[in-house]
Amino acid sequence: MSTHVTTQTDIAQSQLPQVTEPRNPGMPLDMDWVRSVQVNTSAVERRAASLPARRSVKKDHQAAWLLRAITCIDLTTLSGDDTARRVHRLCAKARQPVAPHLMKALGMEPVTVGAVCVYHEMIAPAKAALAGTNIPIAAVSTGFPAGLTPLELRIKEIEMSVAAGAEEIDIVISRRHVLSGDWQALYDEMRAFRAACGDAHVKAILATGELGSLRNVARASLVCMMAGADFIKTSTGKETVNATLPVTLVMIRAIRDYFDRTGIRIGYKPAGGISKAKDALTYLAMIKEELGDRWLRPDLFRFGASSLLGDIERQLEHHVTGSYSASYRHAIS
Amino acid sequence: MSVSEVYETMDYGVAPESAADALAWLVDQGSRFGHFIDGAFTEPRDDFESRDPANGTVLANLTQATQAEVDIAVSAARKAQPKWAKLTGHERARYLYAIARLLQKHSRLFAVLETLDNGKPIREARDVDIPLAQRHFYYHAGMAQLMESELPDAQALGVCGQIIPWNFPLLMLAWKVAPALAMGNTVVLKPAEYTSLTALMFADICQQAGLPKGVVNIVTGDGAVGQMIVNADVDKIAFTGSTAVGRRIREETAGSGKALTLELGGKSPYIVFDDADLDSAVEGLVDAIWFNQGQVCCAGSRLLVHEPVADRFYAKLRARMGKLRVGNPLDKSIDVGALVDPVQVQRVTDMVASNSAGDMFTAGDIPDSGCFYPPTLITGLHPADTLMQEEIFGPVLVATTFRTPDEAVAIANNTRYGLAATIWSENINLALDIAPKLVAGVVWINGTNMLDAAAGFGGLRESGFGREGGWEGLAAYTKPKGDPKPLKTPAPMTGKNSPADGIDRTAKLYIGGKQARPDGGQSAPIFGKSGSLLGHISLAGRKDVRNAVEAAHAAKGWSKTTGHLRAQILYYIAENLAARGTEFAGRLDAMQGGKSGAKEVATSIDRLFTYAAWADKYDGQVHGVPIRGAAFAMKEPVGVIGAICPDDAPLLGLISCMAPAIAMGNRVILAASTPFPLSATDFVQVLETSDVPAGVVNILTGPHPDLAETLARHMDVDAVWSFGAGPLSPLIEKGSAQNLKRTWVNNGNARDWHGKDGQGHAFLQATTEVKNIWIPYGE
Repeated sequence: MSTHVTTQTDIAQSQLPQVTEPRNPGMPLDMDWVRSVQVNTSAVERRAASLPARRSVKKDHQAAWLLRAITCIDLTTLSGDDTARRVHRLCAKARQPVAPHLMKALGMEPVTVGAVCVYHEMIAPAKAALAGTNIPIAAVSTGFPAGLTPLELRIKEIEMSVAAGAEEIDIVISRRHVLSGDWQALYDEMRAFRAACGDAHVKAILATGELGSLRNVARASLVCMMAGADFIKTSTGKETVNATLPVTLVMIRAIRDYFDRTGIRIGYKPAGGISKAKDALTYLAMIKEELGDRWLRPDLFRFGASSLLGDIERQLEHHVTGSYSASYRHAIS
Repeated sequence: MSVSEVYETMDYGVAPESAADALAWLVDQGSRFGHFIDGAFTEPRDDFESRDPANGTVLANLTQATQAEVDIAVSAARKAQPKWAKLTGHERARYLYAIARLLQKHSRLFAVLETLDNGKPIREARDVDIPLAQRHFYYHAGMAQLMESELPDAQALGVCGQIIPWNFPLLMLAWKVAPALAMGNTVVLKPAEYTSLTALMFADICQQAGLPKGVVNIVTGDGAVGQMIVNADVDKIAFTGSTAVGRRIREETAGSGKALTLELGGKSPYIVFDDADLDSAVEGLVDAIWFNQGQVCCAGSRLLVHEPVADRFYAKLRARMGKLRVGNPLDKSIDVGALVDPVQVQRVTDMVASNSAGDMFTAGDIPDSGCFYPPTLITGLHPADTLMQEEIFGPVLVATTFRTPDEAVAIANNTRYGLAATIWSENINLALDIAPKLVAGVVWINGTNMLDAAAGFGGLRESGFGREGGWEGLAAYTKPKGDPKPLKTPAPMTGKNSPADGIDRTAKLYIGGKQARPDGGQSAPIFGKSGSLLGHISLAGRKDVRNAVEAAHAAKGWSKTTGHLRAQILYYIAENLAARGTEFAGRLDAMQGGKSGAKEVATSIDRLFTYAAWADKYDGQVHGVPIRGAAFAMKEPVGVIGAICPDDAPLLGLISCMAPAIAMGNRVILAASTPFPLSATDFVQVLETSDVPAGVVNILTGPHPDLAETLARHMDVDAVWSFGAGPLSPLIEKGSAQNLKRTWVNNGNARDWHGKDGQGHAFLQATTEVKNIWIPYGE
């Protein structure tokens, strides 16, 4: 166990093992591929339902997996009442998501969360609060969550957020393009967003709860990847139905197919509704089973979650002490 | 490994289920077991061991039943049966409900013991075997409750001998015991020698439920004990196991009058069309062939992939196989556990080693010791390759490709088996078109190995006969009320050998819509009651039977006609028979004497109307299975039925066999009454004028034993019935073992063709097979 004084630099070096992946250059819209996509809902649901019963991670392994989950969290605040100081508090939690004594008891070096996710106006305070770390700032953009502001404004919003220091941009797609079957429009829109992002990574939020069918989810996933998305993400967290295991299965299978054809690894981010440590384990197991271990890193996998971390902390303390924990014992974000 | 190491590797680690409680239960029982007979355990002996196949540990010592012990068990069941059957359905329902509750309360214990004894992954024992076993008792508690109101004409068979396999020990017990008990039978059950422990724990449950003694008896031992049960004084044998043993049981019970149901092997096709959700179809294969290490009679073991997607599908499948975890069955994260015994590992190893065709791919690291076999895929095989035909009963999938839907059906049906089939397609038209064309008792669309007590399970061809589960499964444990009376055989009339009017009348055979001379050219005279020569009949031989079967197969279009059309033709037959009613009545009286001919003709017309009525009304069901979707229990024609018609009621008996068969879409070969065949040959003219397509009805005359033997042994006949006289029943049942065709024989008992036994549900059931088509849906 490390005994030296922890510095900001140490945190920066010890966190994300940023394995370099080539960025997704995208490809021409391949409508033959998009149209050939099939998703059998019942079968997908069966797989999603049986997976938690097929894989069980216990004891030290569970603690390790939960720590891994923490590093994949996009710690998020997306509220109308966000203030600079509230974001500072969030960033403090992002830097030190688990109490040092617990990390020490687990024999772990410090970790941080995967990123901090905020609205454009909160980029500046986040940037200040995260100075000295390599925790990236993700900004939701393009008229989040509905995505119905004028296209020029949406593109401008991306450019402004990138200029303000966001390294990751979570865009929302126009659901109407999916629902009306206008895949070319979806492709063009995504292409434009990607171009506006420049060097910033772009996560495409599909708002799967509003796409009507799993087949549409699969098709929208493919089109966004073809148009250059670095990540595909389920939800804004504002839809009635957000991340689910069946939706996850469909999206990561699309990622797998894209990798098989292009050799490019696209990241995946389920968002909304994942609040329990046990759920996090199930998601990680599903990723491990369907995509493989390479995707169990924050450069290719993120949880969009605000309350998940608290439950993980309680489970970790239980692992360390053998006693069930209470939420007030862990710092809030 | 430390937390920080696992944080990097992201391995699963181990997640073992504790075996402590199950092992403690074994120790509490002395780790030795006798049989469970007449409500108590017998003194145990150390005759053989039950081992954990994952590590070879001896779990308990078991007792090999002797003949005397089997006899005691059977007489205990015999003694208990009348009282058990006399209980109200509600009273039996209470016991079955109690058993279900106890199974549920002890479900963890049962699951762990099953995994220890059998080697299956604990997840499967916990999530599939034990819950389904409970479900069968709950479901059949309901059937006991409803028996009086819904099956007023049915009664228990009596004592049922039940022999079950080692792949789903408790579940197969539940499938057999629950319906038997519900319908008022008592049972003597033998679990497989590898896996007796959960059956013995079940005996413990029966005691706790206060089940009357003798209702359930469990004897342990190997196949020799099974054979003792087969030959014991039981009324029924229900067997699940290999086709070879099933065939032997069919031969041994032939002519014994014992009812028989067989649930045997399979080589079930798993068909993937190019419009399928390929990832889901790959995942389905995990449930199809790697579920229970592939030791599943209905395993989707024969993969048929549409050519356009074959390479991509195989690549996805191999990738998925790489994720299968093989190992300690008690680990909750294990997908594939141990095979049941070293003998099975050797068997699978030898079968795979004997194959040199195709490309073999194996996946998964298997433990160094224990009965493990790696998940295996062999692509590039063809129907001509042995492994595409023989059941491997292990985690080995064989694969081939097809070009068109028709070719998929042709390859799928190119097998001696007919248990289950799986179809993957997102096109509802395609899937629902293919399902009825597959020779299988169960078809799953976009899913596989879906099982439930509410849906019948069972096969066609050499996969056996009878259904377990659903309303259709109750037929296997009931018989019509009433006591059978021995058949009285009318003697043929004798007389002088010359025609009254000097004109020779030699009736021909009716084959393929044509009147045909017999291949052997032989004929025999038929005399009337008065001793006058009424005419000659042709004596059909082996080749005539062959020709009739060929003609019946050529008329396969009949099975695809609508019920409405078949009804119209049956009405037309009745109309034409009525038009010649006087003539037929006169012929009947001339042959048999007396004056009952007119009544027999009238009843025959009535009967034709009955089945014309049924032709479009014998509906299937939609079973309420616990999925979002439906299980359609479709009633399909059996196919080609050979019927030895009764000697008495020469016209009515023939029509009573023919009409239900053709009403349901079968084609028939009818052997006319031996002493009074001329009504049948006269009837040919009625058929010829009634738009009956050629080959749908074929009529043969001649000695019944020869015709029965040839029909029973014919591999392309799907069912043989006998209402004839003499020792035809053993002959037919024995001959049927060749291809395990369905049989329905009278065992020398009479049937009142004029009364209610002469028609009805028994006939409709015998002319149809229930195919359960599972269709999960959802978008």
